[in-house]
Amino acid sequence: MEWEAVIGLEIHSQLATNSKIFSGASTTYGAEPNTQACAIDLGMPGVLPVVNKEVVRMAAMFGLAIEAEMGEYSVFARKNYFYPDLPKGYQISQFELPIVGKGHLDIELEDGTTKRIGVTRAHLEEDAGKSLHEDFHGMTGIDLNRAGTPLLEIVSEPDMRSAKEAVAYMKKMHSLVTYLGISDGNMQEGSFRCDANVSVRLKGEEEFGTRTEIKNINSFRFVERAIEHEIERQIEILESGGEIIQETRLYDADKDETRSMRSKEEANDYRYFPDPDLLPVVMDQAVLDAARDSMPELSDARKARFIDQYGLRGEDAGQITASREMADFFEAALEVSGGSDAKIVANWVIGEFSGALNREGLSVQEAPVSAAMLGQLVKRILDNTISGKIAKEVFEAMWQGEGDADVIIEQKGMKQVTDTGAIEVMVDEVLANNPKQVENYRNAEEQKRGKMIGFFVGQIMKASKGKANPALVNELLKKKLDS
Amino acid sequence: MSLGPDEVKKIAHLARLGIREEDIPEYARNLSDILSFVEHLGEADTEAVAPMAHPLHATQRLRDDVVTENNQREKFQQLAPQTQDGLYLVPKVIE
Amino acid sequence: MHTKTLTELSAMLQAGEVSSVALTEHFLDRIEQYDQDLNSFITVTREEALEAARAADERIQAGNAGPLTGVPIAHKDIFCTDGVRTSCGSRMLDNFIAPYDATVVEQFKQAGAVVLGKTNMDEFAMGSSNETSFYGPVKNPWDRDRVPGGSSGGSAASVAARLAPAATGTDTGGSIRQPAALCGITGLKPTYGRVSRWGMIAFASSLDQGGPMAQSAEDCALMLEVMSGFDEKDSTSVNEAVPDYRTQLSQGLQGLKIGLPKEYFSEGLGPEVEAVVRAAIEEYKKLGAEIIEISLPNTHLAVPAYYVVAPAECSSNLSRFDGVRYGYRCDDPKDLQDLYERSRGEGFGEEVKRRIMIGAYALSAGYYDAYYLKAQKVRHLISDDFRKAFEEVDVIMGPTAPSTAFKLGEKADDPVTMYLSDIYTIAVNLAGLPGMSVPAGFSEGMPVGLQIIGNYFEEARLLNVAHQYQQVTDWHRQIPEAFKGQS
Repeated sequence: MEWEAVIGLEIHSQLATNSKIFSGASTTYGAEPNTQACAIDLGMPGVLPVVNKEVVRMAAMFGLAIEAEMGEYSVFARKNYFYPDLPKGYQISQFELPIVGKGHLDIELEDGTTKRIGVTRAHLEEDAGKSLHEDFHGMTGIDLNRAGTPLLEIVSEPDMRSAKEAVAYMKKMHSLVTYLGISDGNMQEGSFRCDANVSVRLKGEEEFGTRTEIKNINSFRFVERAIEHEIERQIEILESGGEIIQETRLYDADKDETRSMRSKEEANDYRYFPDPDLLPVVMDQAVLDAARDSMPELSDARKARFIDQYGLRGEDAGQITASREMADFFEAALEVSGGSDAKIVANWVIGEFSGALNREGLSVQEAPVSAAMLGQLVKRILDNTISGKIAKEVFEAMWQGEGDADVIIEQKGMKQVTDTGAIEVMVDEVLANNPKQVENYRNAEEQKRGKMIGFFVGQIMKASKGKANPALVNELLKKKLDS
Repeated sequence: MSLGPDEVKKIAHLARLGIREEDIPEYARNLSDILSFVEHLGEADTEAVAPMAHPLHATQRLRDDVVTENNQREKFQQLAPQTQDGLYLVPKVIE
Repeated sequence: MHTKTLTELSAMLQAGEVSSVALTEHFLDRIEQYDQDLNSFITVTREEALEAARAADERIQAGNAGPLTGVPIAHKDIFCTDGVRTSCGSRMLDNFIAPYDATVVEQFKQAGAVVLGKTNMDEFAMGSSNETSFYGPVKNPWDRDRVPGGSSGGSAASVAARLAPAATGTDTGGSIRQPAALCGITGLKPTYGRVSRWGMIAFASSLDQGGPMAQSAEDCALMLEVMSGFDEKDSTSVNEAVPDYRTQLSQGLQGLKIGLPKEYFSEGLGPEVEAVVRAAIEEYKKLGAEIIEISLPNTHLAVPAYYVVAPAECSSNLSRFDGVRYGYRCDDPKDLQDLYERSRGEGFGEEVKRRIMIGAYALSAGYYDAYYLKAQKVRHLISDDFRKAFEEVDVIMGPTAPSTAFKLGEKADDPVTMYLSDIYTIAVNLAGLPGMSVPAGFSEGMPVGLQIIGNYFEEARLLNVAHQYQQVTDWHRQIPEAFKGQS
């Protein structure tokens, strides 16, 4: 039997506003507990919500980016349930008329083909607070700083067929919201997280199987693993004649498994109804025009431009433009380098720089090497101050915080030797010390000589501690050997 | 519509209202009376009528994205039944 | 001094004939003397009142006083008052010291009014008799065996007994107009959105509206000028200029078209109440008004629609009272569910619990369409009835309540009968229109109110129509014998 997974994602993306969606309290992360929870966020008696203008603009930008249908009115509704981190006993969300309707997002699959994933809707809502389960005399502590932080909940169609596709979709969505500047996308801080709906069915079947929902996954790696495990679990159950129970499951990263969240799951009855404290939000042409005007260049457009303007290979351009930070980094480094050779800058960004980031698990912003520093390093390669090989040493030194490229080159005396006389002395010395190899070279056929010259180059580079200009070395060697 | 004791209990739980067992019959009677009364709504022909959520046909005004509130934790938490280290305390929440 | 209207007291203060401190002390003394029995106040803020009175006297001296500077008033205990217990008539908030001011409270503070205290009310404004208050029922000053009406019963009784010259109230289904009628005072429920709801503890958000309760239309005009206006903290507040209500009071009523809905004069209306209301209409004819019979055909659906919409909203609005951040928490909760269920079960009274359950039921899966959505559609029909009527007439008149004040306990066990006492007032809230109740006479010694309903934002017209009647009648100047006292 061949099984097929059916996956849909609900992504919660915090919107990068200064103040909360319905109050003037700050959204800054990491403040002392309950110091950023104002009377509105606390659900004090008599308080009322007023909608933050910025969230409407951000939702409009998002809607335009995924080419979504957007109705003229959207309505806030109350989702009623009791939980200690939900101060009012209801969450203000959107139900029947979401701000963003049907749209889509194209993802690239591993085989290089493109797949279109449907977006069912995206709606605005407020985040809840946090329950802290450390022991406070056997009690739970509630911090409501996060309560009221704006969220855009992006609901996909069940269009994904593997964990890999789900990750590709989540990454593309992450790239989109950060490109748009509507979310900081910080997954550690919970700014970007998702719930996955997973079911399996026999390949070729039309109907969906019973699905489970995996809650609150906050890393790309976990999404892939959680979904993979859930698919395996479901297939195992079905193949042994069992039945899937519709339930909410939690991914336990430590044990690398999903487990049922509530044993006695009670059917939720959220009693949605339009929030009478709020009026319909208008999304008219003026709002859309303003959003369109504030749209930055998005990844696909930027990739095309990088290929066109800088002559990058498609794959390289795709890799660099996958995140806005990386693409911004590239362009800034290119400018500092003098702008003449985009390919070498691209190689450094994709190679050494991305490698170092991955090695240390850092984001572009957290990197010890700035775009200006990398640009300067490339500039020194291009003006022959240093060789590419030395440049790698300089990069490592920059990464270790030893200063910028010029300082390190100067301090370590890494400047390339371009003095013909000095190199000639080294060439003569090497030739004199290796008469056998010189003889072999001269007796060899023309086409083999190219390879053999490498030996002499290596000896000279070694003698010069890598500082001799390789082009000059080659030129002089050839002149002397062939004469 | 007439509500039985089980339905009363179910609704009370949905609304997180602790009610005494001995009061349930009276709730059942009162709530059933009220529901029978509001069922007069069924007499109205609302086939072509749009629901009206609000008395005025206004739209939502939007607030500038500016931080206007400062920390009033101390004042607010004086009202709280139980706090520690700036947190509100509740009986252990089991996930 | 207590026999004077707010307007008269304002003039005396401005003229230096009396100080705010003396006036405040006089009313505080009356509260002390009479309110033990009447129970119209939950909290008396003596110290704060005297301090505000001293500040008001200085302001008057300095020559920058407004018409309400130094005038004592009372607030319904539904308006959050910074640093003062704001209970909403509930055990749930018996220990709640509001951490901020409602916009209405702030507006009166700015105007320099002196707040005597917070008045009694039905718990969370749910009731028509003031019997659901955690602090015990309020008595009707005209007959202390009878109810004052509700939910703003404390405000109505305190003004009728002249323990306060005027008070604020709120009206979700008649809670200003019905007690005003039953206590023989003048009360106005403004157009929805006219008065800010910020800091007014919500019962049913799409129906709630604050308004003035006073001795006369002129006094209501004075208060409404202070209370109304745009508030950026309330999304449902309307950004429309506040007219000078007082200057329009004196216009004549020649040619005024008064609509009498035939549904407001049908079965259920007490004959004596009808007689009083008809006599008042006769008075308007003498003032030059034209009487037109109209129909509001969906009137009979107003109470049923209301008892879906209001409980639905209240069931959600009252979810925040959970024993976590403020308010009542039960002793020794054994787990989270126990904390919720006992805090709410013990903190709320029976009527509040009933309405929360009705609302939760009406919104729950499988019932939403039949109850909530249906009621919202009927609401539209009711609103359309008024829209059509106002194409024909300037104001609509009828009784405020079907009977005069009933006996304490008389309807307490029968919610549906109690709900029907708001039969004439509820439709106005569903439509969001302004409505007034004006004293129009007595039936067996108990006051009868005339209701005047206006088109959206026509408070000025309502006040004018009421004021002209009060120029030719003195029902509004009557004081219950037991509270006349020495002036």
